[in-house]
Amino acid sequence: MKRHDGRQPEDLRKMEAKVGVIKNADGSAYFKIGNTWAYAAVYGPRNLYPKFLQDPGRGILRCSYNMMPFSGAGDRVRPGQSRRSKEISFVTVKSLLPVLDLEEYPNSVVDVFIELPQTEAGSRCAGICAASMALADAGLVMKDLVSAVSVGLNGDQMLVDLDYAEEAYEDGPVADIPVAMINRTNEITLLQMDGEVSKDMLLKGISMAKDACIKIYEVQKKALKAKYGSE
Amino acid sequence: MNGKSHIIKLLDNGKRLDGRSALDIRQPLIVEYGVSKTAEGSAKVTCGETEVIVGVKMEMGTPYPDSPDKGTIMVGAELLPLSSPDYEPGPPSIKAVELARVVDRGLRESKAIDFKKLCIEKGEKVWIVIIDIVTINDAGGLFDISALAALAALKDAKFPDMVDGKLDYRNPGKKPVELSKEPIAVTVYKLGKYFIVDPLTEEDKAMDARLTITTTADGTICALQKGGDHPLTEEEVSKMIDIASEKSKEYRKAL
Repeated sequence: MKRHDGRQPEDLRKMEAKVGVIKNADGSAYFKIGNTWAYAAVYGPRNLYPKFLQDPGRGILRCSYNMMPFSGAGDRVRPGQSRRSKEISFVTVKSLLPVLDLEEYPNSVVDVFIELPQTEAGSRCAGICAASMALADAGLVMKDLVSAVSVGLNGDQMLVDLDYAEEAYEDGPVADIPVAMINRTNEITLLQMDGEVSKDMLLKGISMAKDACIKIYEVQKKALKAKYGSE
Repeated sequence: MNGKSHIIKLLDNGKRLDGRSALDIRQPLIVEYGVSKTAEGSAKVTCGETEVIVGVKMEMGTPYPDSPDKGTIMVGAELLPLSSPDYEPGPPSIKAVELARVVDRGLRESKAIDFKKLCIEKGEKVWIVIIDIVTINDAGGLFDISALAALAALKDAKFPDMVDGKLDYRNPGKKPVELSKEPIAVTVYKLGKYFIVDPLTEEDKAMDARLTITTTADGTICALQKGGDHPLTEEEVSKMIDIASEKSKEYRKAL
């Protein structure tokens, strides 16, 4: 059955990615998927202050997810951290850390700032996709890129990359499941869920997310190659 | 040699760090409209390597008791840590507050927007037009570029329609914000005996004084803001106003 915008259940919204979009940053990228648009800038490795936060054994990864005040569909989003943005920042760190090797940078910090000028569902996943590309653009040693997408239950159907209308579905059980993956190993670095879903459907969703991440990975790699050549 | 003496030495020869002349605005100067679909109006301005986005949100609120038939505007500015290694997360710095207030004053005092036209129901319901400035890449010149982006975003803005007693933020409205005037800010920087416009970050840090002059198309001055640690003479202020009204034409043309 086709979705309201003509997509098949496994189809992603239209994607666009670009690397090196913020000149001041050590690495940067944007990732657009449907109407969701995430910028990411990496600063570092740089000295970490206050000093007591420093780890003499390794560098620290800090992520900050922030919606611009005009990026939500309803009222203005008040500037400053909310409980939601704090939690997303936290899980973003966890989703990216497994591909980084920060032992080379003791006492340092790698700062990742994710900013969204426009959102319509899937913003944390878009942020992770952009951040992963920005980290690569910053020249950090990485095992692989991380790709992320949200899958969700819409009545009895599992769908990839829900849009607003699908997220707001009210005529049956719904579930929203953001997933991030390391492509090379198929390991999951972000997994959240809210709604209600059976174990079988959940596993089906994760499997669909895996296939979708392969498509996202191609878009991310293509954007990096566009800046650095294909070699 | 410190940064400042180097900049002044270049100016002795009529040049700047990036090869421009003292009164050149960086190129490209590009205004893109409607960059954020979730905003009721938006614009992105790129000037050299500086990039600023402004988004406008429209909310309904109750009017101030002393002006029951008037809506209002609010201007916020966020110097995002994404846009420069100098910026840190946290509450707005004085730099961000000053930026927002200078842009606000230009829009407010030029009476570009008739606040009475923002009234929906006297004493009960008015429009609050919220203008948010965010920096994407700060390579200097934020006052003029942000003011230009704010004006462009307002030109792009449409009031959301009312559907079943609720504001429909999901679909673009049809009624635009009427702008009777278009205030343009030009900040003239004084470095030693020289005047420059559209500074790079290094030039901004090295300046002695600055004067932001906001003018409308007919040359009326509607807002001023002096900054920097050094004083200015009357003659200097007069000269700076002349420079600003001349350079404002270039910004106006970019809209």
